[in-house]
Amino acid sequence: MYTLVNNNDFTTKISTETEAPILKVEELSAYYGTFRAVKNVTMDVYPRSITAIIGPSGCGKSTMLRCFNRMHEVVHGAHVDGKVWLDGKDIYAPSADPVKIRCNIGMVFQKPNPFPTMSVLDNVVAGRRLTSIWSKRSEMEELAEKCLRQAALWDEVKDKLKQSGASLSGGQQQRLCIARALAVQPEVILMDEPCSALDPIATLKIEDLMRSLAEEYTIIIVTHNMQQAGRVSDRTAYMLMSDDRAGELVEYGETEQIFTNPKDKRTEDYITGRFG
Amino acid sequence: MNMSDDDLSTSKDSNKHKVKKINSHLISRFIAGLLPNFTRFCAFVVAILLLFILIVLFIEAWDAIRINGWSFITSSTWDPVKGIYGALPAIFGTLLTSFLALLIAVPASFGAAIFLSEIAPSKVKNIASFIIEMIAAIPSVIIGLWGIRVLVPFMADFIQPWLSKILGFLPFFSGQPTGYGFLTSSVILAIMIIPIITSMSREVLRSVPNSQREAMLALGATKWETISRVVLPYGNSGLVGAIILGLGRALGETMAVAMVIGNSPNITFDLFSGGMTIATKIASEFGESGGQSRETLIELALVLFVIALLVNVIARLLVWRATKVKTEKG
Amino acid sequence: MMFRFKLFLRKLVNLFMLSLCVLGALIAISVVCIMLGYIVVNGVAFLNLDLITNTSVSAGEQGGGMRNEIIGTIILVMLGSILAVPIGILAGVFLSEFGSPRINSAVRFTADILAGVPSIVVGVFVYSIIVRPMHSFSALAASAALAIVMLPVVARTTEESMRLVPDSLREAALALGITRWRAVVSVAIPGALTGIAAGVMLGVARIAGETAPLLYTALGNNYGFEGLTKPIGAMPMQIYRYAISPDANWQNQAWAGAFMLVMMVLFISLGVRWISSKRKTETNN
Repeated sequence: MYTLVNNNDFTTKISTETEAPILKVEELSAYYGTFRAVKNVTMDVYPRSITAIIGPSGCGKSTMLRCFNRMHEVVHGAHVDGKVWLDGKDIYAPSADPVKIRCNIGMVFQKPNPFPTMSVLDNVVAGRRLTSIWSKRSEMEELAEKCLRQAALWDEVKDKLKQSGASLSGGQQQRLCIARALAVQPEVILMDEPCSALDPIATLKIEDLMRSLAEEYTIIIVTHNMQQAGRVSDRTAYMLMSDDRAGELVEYGETEQIFTNPKDKRTEDYITGRFG
Repeated sequence: MNMSDDDLSTSKDSNKHKVKKINSHLISRFIAGLLPNFTRFCAFVVAILLLFILIVLFIEAWDAIRINGWSFITSSTWDPVKGIYGALPAIFGTLLTSFLALLIAVPASFGAAIFLSEIAPSKVKNIASFIIEMIAAIPSVIIGLWGIRVLVPFMADFIQPWLSKILGFLPFFSGQPTGYGFLTSSVILAIMIIPIITSMSREVLRSVPNSQREAMLALGATKWETISRVVLPYGNSGLVGAIILGLGRALGETMAVAMVIGNSPNITFDLFSGGMTIATKIASEFGESGGQSRETLIELALVLFVIALLVNVIARLLVWRATKVKTEKG
Repeated sequence: MMFRFKLFLRKLVNLFMLSLCVLGALIAISVVCIMLGYIVVNGVAFLNLDLITNTSVSAGEQGGGMRNEIIGTIILVMLGSILAVPIGILAGVFLSEFGSPRINSAVRFTADILAGVPSIVVGVFVYSIIVRPMHSFSALAASAALAIVMLPVVARTTEESMRLVPDSLREAALALGITRWRAVVSVAIPGALTGIAAGVMLGVARIAGETAPLLYTALGNNYGFEGLTKPIGAMPMQIYRYAISPDANWQNQAWAGAFMLVMMVLFISLGVRWISSKRKTETNN
């Protein structure tokens, strides 16, 4: 399915077989009331890949990300135009249920937000508990261990399962949030600048984690750190705020191409540091 | 010296000016020293007043305390002629009506607080919270007037007979439906404490960070699941504090309760029965009292003061702790 | 399939619980409206000029008014304010400008607790220290009791208003070489003046309706104001007396008096809220 190519600093996966995109975005615009924050974005995201969205602050990256799991509309007065297909189904169709969609697309936030009133174990299975009528203790413990291992956190917290979720360090908390998102078994995981509140060592741990998760899940990450995008992602999208203060997609392509051979001058300016 | 008139006058002016400057400088330094100390004194007055009230009441009631002893709290006999004083009916009534009032008010208040904090759009929010807080502005005696003239007949003609019919087998609803009594008092109290519980709870809910709600929603939770599993537990201690604040208010309510409780020394769980609370007893028996009985009423006031003090302190500590930003290790 | 059914149940529960919350709010709101409705309807029905111009009559007679009690309330509120406002404002200034964090939070705490003391207890307290030694009920004692009730309200609202004045203003004044006390008096206090006035008005509205503290201190007086050291009547006490009596004329006057009192109190509270919301939008802009 994929071959690994070592080219300068980039180790990328190049799909040798065309696979259908798991997330299709078509002419997506996001509004806060009458103010348009994101303008006409069209892009396809492929399964089991890492897609990075980069761009200067305020260009609407996070806003666009939140449209993918219908979190944008949680803000009063916010709404969305355009279409987003997950597995061929339009998540903004009138019959679509945001609650269900959010089970299929998980999210990890910029600042780790574990639930302080719940233990580490309860945090991990919090989402899972919603969908089962009664949850057997042993089932939940198994699930928690599986997800904590997937999130590379098990060894560090296996003795602390009963402690409050907020008692962990920042990097651990973020991995806890990732485990929590995994427990709901989503197809896509959205990450909104997941490392910006963490120290460099914790950041590297999470980047490693992302690569291992991408073998099973599709990951879309928003980051203001270009190097990070270069390190982890397969494809990169560059967004920029246009003159009417709405963010638009300037260029989207395979990461290696974006960073070594950008097609748009604006992308090149950003990459080379002339701007942003 | 050859000085012209002009020189003379300007030097006089400059002397006057110098004196003025020195004076205003002295005044300025005087006030500079005075202002912080004067304001400190006023703040001191506010702080010390509480202690002062405690001490004065204790001193005034000392004779009565000595004579009445512990039976004051355990006995039901209040006989000024024989000089025996027992405040148990009042204490019982206070506890019963406060508890019932909380039972009625807390669900309504929490519902209203959740509505205002999580559900309502901003326009509705402002109008609704304003209206609810209006109750707090209405004087107690006027709520009492409405109680006597409107609520009591309503209870007597509709609610109490209905309760008698459906639930009359319970000891709570087995008495005569006069409209006055414990039940009506509890309803009035509940009405009066809803605003404070609602607004405090709303503050507590508002201090729950939005990131918590977003985390739960992003896992695929409904709004109610978010509220019940994340928001309410987060605000746990603050919500308890809000309830206890409401309790504190209920304990001290005097006028409205005095007008509908019927003022009898009954100790019973029959909610249609008349009764009394500490506050209403102090208020209504003052006129007839004298000498030792009056001093005993002062002792009663001391008891009420201490209870209200403790309850309010606990409540404030809980609310204060909960609305501080919860610091997480990071 | 199970998932779909569970989801349906969850949404049902969601709708049900949220509706209960809306119901809670509706109950609270409708109670207010019902109460105010009765007060307005009954009050207006029995409201007439006699209420303000005539003095009270005995039970069983017709006519009469609350003139002395209205005057009494005005006097007591004014006296209570004269006692409470200066001390309260200065205490609020202290809490906001001077002192240390620990002392100030202790003072703030006790002020909040003081606000929660049952007003009947305040009345008993003033009875002990003023009425008893003087061997007489008096306007003085009643004013003192009302002042104690008003004090924490004024102090806290003053402090909060002064807090809203941005520190940059104070720093600018100090940088110009103005002394500390002048900076407070000429810069900080004027900036907080609307808020302080609002706090005072709130305190006034609060004590205008207080009855319990007056029972032990003012007693009531059929002859109107006879001097600071004599008993005095006030509207809330009179409304209480009339409300619990079986006399129909008195009951009607109770409604009318209640209407007047509520209108005044609500008017003040409304005005204060309106002013402070205007200020909020101003400081935001």
